Amino acid sequence: MEDEASVIYGLEFQARTLTAQTAESDQVRFLVGTQSLKAENQVHHIDFDDENNQISKNVFLHRVGEIWHLSASTIDKNLLATCYNKTSESKAEMCAAVWRLPSDFDTLQSEDHTSHQSLELVCDLTASDFGDLKSVLWHPTGDSSNLVGIADSHILVWELETSSASAKLVSSAELEAKGQPRLTCGQWNPHHNCTQIATANDTFIRGWDLRTMEQVYTIENAHGQLVRDLDFNPNKQYYMVSCGDDCKVKFWDIRNVTEPLKILAHHSHWVWSVKYNHFHDQLVLTSSSDSRVILSNIVSLSSEPYGHLADNDSDREDMDAKDKESVLPQDGVIATYEEHEDSVYAVDWSSADPWVFASLSYDGRLVINRVPRAEKYKILL
Amino acid sequence: MADVEQDKDEGERKKRHGMLKMYYGLEEDKPGAATLDPCDINGAHFKPDFYLSKLIREKSLTELMDKEADMVSQIRSLDSDMQTLVYENYNKFISATDTIRKMKNDFKKMEDEMDHLAANMSAITDFSAKISFTLQDRRMQITKLSGVHALLKKLQFLFELPARLKKCIEMQAYSQAVRYYTKAQRVLHQYQHMPSFQGIHKDCTDIITELRQKLRNHFKDRESTPKQLAECVDLLLQLNEPAEELCDEFLAHACQKLNMDLAELDRQIKLQMGEQVTLESQRPSQAYLNTPMDILEFVDSGCNGFLSNICLVIASYNDMFLNKLQEDENIDTIALKKLVNFVNALMEQYFNYVQRRVQLEKETGDNTILVRALDRFHRRLQAMNKLLPDTDFSRAGTDIVSKAAKDRVAHYLDSLKQHFADCLTDIRQNLAAPRLTGKQDGSPNLNELLSKIQSACMDQIKSVLSNLQAFIASDITFAMKPYFRGPFCASDVREVLVVGYVKHVSSACQEFCEGSGEKGSAPPSLLLILSRLCLEFDSSTISYLISLTEEQFEVDSRSNLTQVSQLCTEAKDTSQMLLNHFVKVQGLAISQMLRKSVETRDWLNTIEPRNVRAVMKRVVEDITSIDTQVGQLYEEGVRNERSSDSSRRTHSHTASSLQRKQGNQWNFTPSIDNSLMSNIQKLFSEKIEIFSAVEFSKVSVLTGIIKISLKTFMECVRLRTFGRYGLQQIQVDTHYLQLYLWRFVTDENLVQVLLDEIVCSTVHRCLDPVLMEPSVIELICERG
Repeated sequence: MEDEASVIYGLEFQARTLTAQTAESDQVRFLVGTQSLKAENQVHHIDFDDENNQISKNVFLHRVGEIWHLSASTIDKNLLATCYNKTSESKAEMCAAVWRLPSDFDTLQSEDHTSHQSLELVCDLTASDFGDLKSVLWHPTGDSSNLVGIADSHILVWELETSSASAKLVSSAELEAKGQPRLTCGQWNPHHNCTQIATANDTFIRGWDLRTMEQVYTIENAHGQLVRDLDFNPNKQYYMVSCGDDCKVKFWDIRNVTEPLKILAHHSHWVWSVKYNHFHDQLVLTSSSDSRVILSNIVSLSSEPYGHLADNDSDREDMDAKDKESVLPQDGVIATYEEHEDSVYAVDWSSADPWVFASLSYDGRLVINRVPRAEKYKILL
Repeated sequence: MADVEQDKDEGERKKRHGMLKMYYGLEEDKPGAATLDPCDINGAHFKPDFYLSKLIREKSLTELMDKEADMVSQIRSLDSDMQTLVYENYNKFISATDTIRKMKNDFKKMEDEMDHLAANMSAITDFSAKISFTLQDRRMQITKLSGVHALLKKLQFLFELPARLKKCIEMQAYSQAVRYYTKAQRVLHQYQHMPSFQGIHKDCTDIITELRQKLRNHFKDRESTPKQLAECVDLLLQLNEPAEELCDEFLAHACQKLNMDLAELDRQIKLQMGEQVTLESQRPSQAYLNTPMDILEFVDSGCNGFLSNICLVIASYNDMFLNKLQEDENIDTIALKKLVNFVNALMEQYFNYVQRRVQLEKETGDNTILVRALDRFHRRLQAMNKLLPDTDFSRAGTDIVSKAAKDRVAHYLDSLKQHFADCLTDIRQNLAAPRLTGKQDGSPNLNELLSKIQSACMDQIKSVLSNLQAFIASDITFAMKPYFRGPFCASDVREVLVVGYVKHVSSACQEFCEGSGEKGSAPPSLLLILSRLCLEFDSSTISYLISLTEEQFEVDSRSNLTQVSQLCTEAKDTSQMLLNHFVKVQGLAISQMLRKSVETRDWLNTIEPRNVRAVMKRVVEDITSIDTQVGQLYEEGVRNERSSDSSRRTHSHTASSLQRKQGNQWNFTPSIDNSLMSNIQKLFSEKIEIFSAVEFSKVSVLTGIIKISLKTFMECVRLRTFGRYGLQQIQVDTHYLQLYLWRFVTDENLVQVLLDEIVCSTVHRCLDPVLMEPSVIELICERG
């Protein structure tokens, strides 16, 4: 039961953003965006061969600027959106655009890697009046071609038309609060027919209804410090997880926002990213600027709090029931990954293999890991 | 006899001579030897012929002549002896004969008189026989008459009985009446079929019924004393009243009285509780009754009123019912059962009242009165135990005492907790106060505050302990009971009070750590003081407190008790938590400043740096003040070996190396080299734990705070894009920090590494990375 070693891939540039290729459900594929003010920035398309434990890559140029946020389309696996920093001598502004990967692994093989293809621009997501764009969210299920953008203090909704390669701003909402509230991140709620998103600014978490573009709930002082990331439980519709500069990870029931359901405090510095596993929502990944990635098992708040009850064989049911009681899975840290040497700003699960995830540290190191087998079998059996 | 023998044949004189000799007790010759030897001239078997022939045969002539002469002289002397003897005895014999003759005469006279007497006696016998014969009839009559007389006397008594009884009752001599009645009762009962007796009997019964009634009334009378009651009961019993009923009535009556006592106790409790109680007969003179008694008075009045009454009741009950009815075991047990039930019910009520009253005693601080009251109560109960052997009130009493002691302990624990909370508020006020008055004496002296709270806590707990010692003073009876003393000392005082207090302090301190920032809002200096306090607890206070307690309360059994080491660990953990929290709070405060300063500035369009930014000066100022604060409470701590160089030289060295490195870097493929360099650098430096636990020393605490602040600085820098002057400003700022921060930390390289990393990150985030000359940086920093 030796766990296979993690696979490390190094980028030449510093990098901050990583996403699974969401619409790809057969291959383990990730997209990484680099951050460099000097050189041309790149989007690395990474393919992970689970059987041979090998990584192959496609590099595409992203000439317009350093990539701060990257999100893969849920509609078309070749589409992605980036938020990038357009800099000039005296100005730096954050823009967003939708791009198309010019080729895939299937079509492009073993060409020379010295000259990289550029990403094909589908359309710019214009938001000139609303300040810097922090992130762009695709519709979680891909049923609609709407995109949500998180700008400084606004939430913007575009309607994307790939045919005519245009995106039309359909609605926007402004966060009104004292001071100059700056949204740090956002997440689209996959439940309730995908009509809600959640955003974070400073220590607040706010829920928005996209139909009315109004706030539906607010978690005040969700964290002692800045909130850095949010994620929704893919299987339990009211459950959400957040992380922030107070080194904590908090689980919330958005119907009761006064108290968190659970607090994890395993990291020793700011927690930058938190992700639910899409298939087994007891698995939660967090990454932090203490250079660690932690995989936790939060079975008590998952959709399968007692393991797989359906699997019980009828003749062994009694015994199983007893066994289940005695070895009822407990919440806790499954593993801490220390392959990184710089702050880990991004982590994501593969969209194809529920047991594979990637993490990216600032120094450009991408690490692909698997859930330990023991844990995997515990969940499956 | 000797005279008679002397008269007889003188021929056998030898024999006689022997006999005479015997008579006179001369036994010089041996008869045995003489009898056998025929030659012994003095022996009985002497044979003269044999002797003579032997002499002639054996002796010479001269010898024979001598012998003959010798024998002649012997014979002669014997002759003369005999003559004197005869003479002497003759006189005696003569006088004896005379006496005998005289006696003969006298006896004859006497015989005649005796005959006369016998005749007279027979005459008397005749007469007496005659007389007795004539008197026989009369005597029968007389005995009959005297019997009748006695009977008549009795009858008279009976006839007079009603009157007598009446009189007795009038005179209230009930016992006399009862005595009369019981005497007559049986007779009356026996002869009640006779009309006359029936009348008497009826009268008597009427009277006795009346008497009974009276006695009963007496019995029911509230005013009557127990002694009177006892008398009544005694009489009633003699009147064959059913004992059970009497028991009930007696107890019912006693109950009334006792209930009055209890009601008084109840009233006192209500008074104590502050309820308005009005007596029915309220008179001004009785107004003092409405002031509540203190506990001692209360217990006294309970003892004197209720307990002594119930004792009296038990005693008289014992006398009346239990000790008498022994002939009937059944009734005896029933009576005893009744008594026990009765007493138990009342005692339960009484205990209830006492307990309630004792519970009301919480507010006061003084133990002695309470303890004395409890002691009196306990002693009194023990006395009661002797009266009623089957029940154990002293156990119940001790339970109350234990409960009271427990309540006391709980109360003290509360007050200790309150005191601790007050101390904390005090410290908070002290911490806040000097800031209001101005900065003339700088920040408040934390050490002073620490020692103040420490001594306040110790004094308080010591005074509580000494107060509680009253409970185990040697003159207190219940203190000597093992089932009170053991649990009280070990579990109440040691565990609940002392251990509870220590735990409370720990948990109260821990609460400050949990309310992260927004709720707790405890001033950081308070955290620092508490941390030090807990550390003191760990190092000395706890063990001192526990040993003091064990010494004062003689707790010896160490099993099942919370160990000192456990408490110490807890205190140490708390101290660690508080210190960590302090570091975190201070670190976050400084982080916040740095973060705001980095986030709010437009680094692309900034002007060429001329000064160190104000916020850096503020950071250094804050850290310096934290340093003095921590320095008041914690030791300096160990630094890693510090180079004797001045910080400036160290820095300029590293800065120049940075300069060199980066100078090269921009000429070649910049980004790869750059990241490579930083990676190599990281390879050799250890991973820095940012929010790690700190040690109990000043430098460690400061290192923690500085680490947090600088890491924040770096993370913020990475989120921004810089212009050339922005980078240079960061250079100036980091150099300034380097100049002032090295002295606070364990390892100045650590600051160096973090600051280098900040500059590196800034270089990466810079559109036009042109570094400033180190000399210019130094110049600016010196000016600032």
